[in-house]
Amino acid sequence: MNKDAVILIAEDDAGHVELVKRNLWRSCVENDILQFKDGQEILDFLLKRVDKAKHDGRGCYLLLLDIRMPKVDGGEVLRRIKEDKELRKIPVIVLTTTDKVSEVDRFYEMGCSFYMIKPADYNKFMEAVENLGAFLSLEGVRVPYIDEVGACSINCSRS
Amino acid sequence: MKKEGVILIAEDDEGHFELIKRSLQRAGVCNEILRFADGRETLDFLFVRGDGPKREHDKEYLLLLDIRMPKIDGVEVLEKVKKDPELKKIPVVMLTTTDDPRMIERCHNLGCSVYIVKPVEYQDFEEAVRKIGLLLSVVEVPQIDGMPRTKGVVK
Repeated sequence: MNKDAVILIAEDDAGHVELVKRNLWRSCVENDILQFKDGQEILDFLLKRVDKAKHDGRGCYLLLLDIRMPKVDGGEVLRRIKEDKELRKIPVIVLTTTDKVSEVDRFYEMGCSFYMIKPADYNKFMEAVENLGAFLSLEGVRVPYIDEVGACSINCSRS
Repeated sequence: MKKEGVILIAEDDEGHFELIKRSLQRAGVCNEILRFADGRETLDFLFVRGDGPKREHDKEYLLLLDIRMPKIDGVEVLEKVKKDPELKKIPVVMLTTTDDPRMIERCHNLGCSVYIVKPVEYQDFEEAVRKIGLLLSVVEVPQIDGMPRTKGVVK
């Protein structure tokens, strides 16, 4: 993936965040990683651009999104992102324990890039993230730039 | 992706297709693979029309899509697929030699899942496809049911 892309992880389980980060690194993913502990935090970052990272007016991101999170759940986060004409370009990979077929359907309908189920087995979970990491570490994967000025004008008006 | 799922490869270059197919299989992907030599064949299949092979109901599909193809290019295919309320659920992986930021932005705007530039070197290309295969082995893909809800007609 382009070196300047930032991987955003929205996940309330701190143990899962650590496991994901560690296995992405193990797969030679060298991108910056930012973590958010619930849906509200990630939306604040994306919509209001709370200054958690240095921006120069343009950034490129890929989001790993959990579904069950406090405050705002992953479904609402995805909906808001894909409704925004600028943010919708961000690839969103859902990473969840929810294995309901109806949820797989609903999230693809809303525009997620991929839907991954976290295996309950620790080793399998590690392996799944390593596979994801192997893919993300590919030089040819390109993530688009998000224009930070003038984006999300509708969403930002909501308090 | 479950083993019953079908991987669709829209690729006009036969050599590239063979390489993609072989590398996916090497990554342990044992899904059925179908090839389409241009955008029109791909759309005919997805929108269930014409004389060629046709999409079946209640099956999982994933599309690897080249951009530069005869008749109808990959961007138009992507646009038609993502405008259909049913077909839009199909994950579309752009796999192309076109390394242009405007094209990357356009395809993501239209709703591609991911955009990958084909490496020039043969071995790197193989390795890239192998890693795409590793990803496919750990993601869920939705079933596409019934008829498309739009006609996807090309002007």
